[in-house]
Amino acid sequence: MAGTAVRGRLTWQVATVTAVRPETASVRTIEFDIPHWAGHEAGQHVDIRLTADDGYVAERSYSIASAPGEPLELTVERLDDGEVSPYLTEELRAGDEIELRGPIGGYFVWDGDDAGTPLLLVAGGSGVVPFRSMLRHRARIGSTVPLRLLYSARSLPDVIYRTELDMPCDGAEVVYTLTRNQPPGWAGHSGRIDAELLTEVAWPGDHRALAYVCGPTAFVEIVAGELVSLGYPPDRVKTERYGGVAAP
Amino acid sequence: MTERLYGPDDSALDGNAIGGLLHQIFGTEMTTAEATCAHCGKSAQVAEAVVYLSALGAVMRCRACTSILAVIVRKQEMNCVDMSGLAALQTG
Amino acid sequence: MSPVSRGFHGRRREADVDAKRVPPGQYVTTDFPVLSAGPTPHTPLENWTFSIKLGGETAKSWSWQEVRDMPAEDVTADIHCVTKWTKLDTRWQAVSLDTLLAQVEREARYVLAFCDGGYTTNLPLADVTGGRAWLAYGYDGAPLQPEHGGPARLLVPHLYFWKSAKWVRGLELLDADEPGFWERYGYNNYGDPWREQRYAGD
Repeated sequence: MAGTAVRGRLTWQVATVTAVRPETASVRTIEFDIPHWAGHEAGQHVDIRLTADDGYVAERSYSIASAPGEPLELTVERLDDGEVSPYLTEELRAGDEIELRGPIGGYFVWDGDDAGTPLLLVAGGSGVVPFRSMLRHRARIGSTVPLRLLYSARSLPDVIYRTELDMPCDGAEVVYTLTRNQPPGWAGHSGRIDAELLTEVAWPGDHRALAYVCGPTAFVEIVAGELVSLGYPPDRVKTERYGGVAAP
Repeated sequence: MTERLYGPDDSALDGNAIGGLLHQIFGTEMTTAEATCAHCGKSAQVAEAVVYLSALGAVMRCRACTSILAVIVRKQEMNCVDMSGLAALQTG
Repeated sequence: MSPVSRGFHGRRREADVDAKRVPPGQYVTTDFPVLSAGPTPHTPLENWTFSIKLGGETAKSWSWQEVRDMPAEDVTADIHCVTKWTKLDTRWQAVSLDTLLAQVEREARYVLAFCDGGYTTNLPLADVTGGRAWLAYGYDGAPLQPEHGGPARLLVPHLYFWKSAKWVRGLELLDADEPGFWERYGYNNYGDPWREQRYAGD
């Protein structure tokens, strides 16, 4: 599917934090106000740039959590050994300014215009963020495209957007797998995503489904490989790797 | 060569990670551009390339053969781009 | 002029640092960031060798055990990365390159270090002799980890740390300077942190 070209020059803009919301113990959603925001597509990301008072600069990329048409939101997980995420999740507050560049990306996007092709979204940990944008977009445009989100998290308290995901819209199903511990009486899946779980949850390989996989690099490699083994043509499996972040 | 000399690389990213940098350099979205490897001849979207990103620079490698496709070094306010590992780079 | 992000400090900075130990433009950190241009190699030690090449031929080669049997030193050094972080008092277990180079008759003026994964970096021979450079296989009291260049890397602390090539497998002795990997992509041929020689032309 051809990516939509992002029009206009991509320049750094100043964004003002309007709200910071806790999602889990280590995850925050940050809402921004940006005077010249051109809008975005579900699945895109932004680059952010922070400058310390001694001139030190750090840049990172974060997936957009909000749907097209909603105020810009990013969801950030605090990494213990991170340089930027502890600042964004623990220090940043309403009124603060950061620099932001975006929206970026034309490959890992879903614009809803795909003639009813079933969607499979597979998230590892914070890899669920771009999928929230896709889910909210799907609801806003009234799409009934069959959608399954398979979300791997360490434990139930680590599930981001739980309240929202437990109320999916028409034709959307959310399946969790909890890899480290499960609550008493847990009837859902446990352990890491493997061929068996994908065989059960993913659309069969001959359903012409479009799959998106997002999360730590090791997670994406395994899941994408398994989907291809299940019969998904490689060009029907889109991937976005977050690097060596904590495995779900 | 039957030995597996390189372990799975958990820290590697993909072309999505340099989407902003490439957009700034080329003036347009590039993650869907088709990149042809000068070494093995295979083509893939930029988003699918293996990317090693550090403050030293961005190194883009062919996912099929691991050869270097491009290297981007940021020198002061300029981006220095070496694309000699690309036989072709086509935007849609 | 970028706006300052209130309260952002980046990697934890050490407060009372002797400024004379910090080259211009550097920030002191206690972290040890990993910077790579490719996948981490995992050469089995039984296949690992360190070689010195001259005129396209291998002049001398040592196995892992032979290197480990050589007299080693505990080296404490400040290291300076071109990406602006400086780490003070890093501790290494290493064999001086003098020990290795003394076993080869040579007249060369430059070396090109070559590594698993294809990485290379160039240095004047004078900068890897005279007690200024080592082949390091231990860091902070433990074997050097693969992501930091293990089993062994160069250690040349008086130059920017990209010259301390990870996963080093040998040195090629040359009469003329030949730019290595990052040097070809725009980094300085020499790389003196005290003269801020980061990029070509600095």
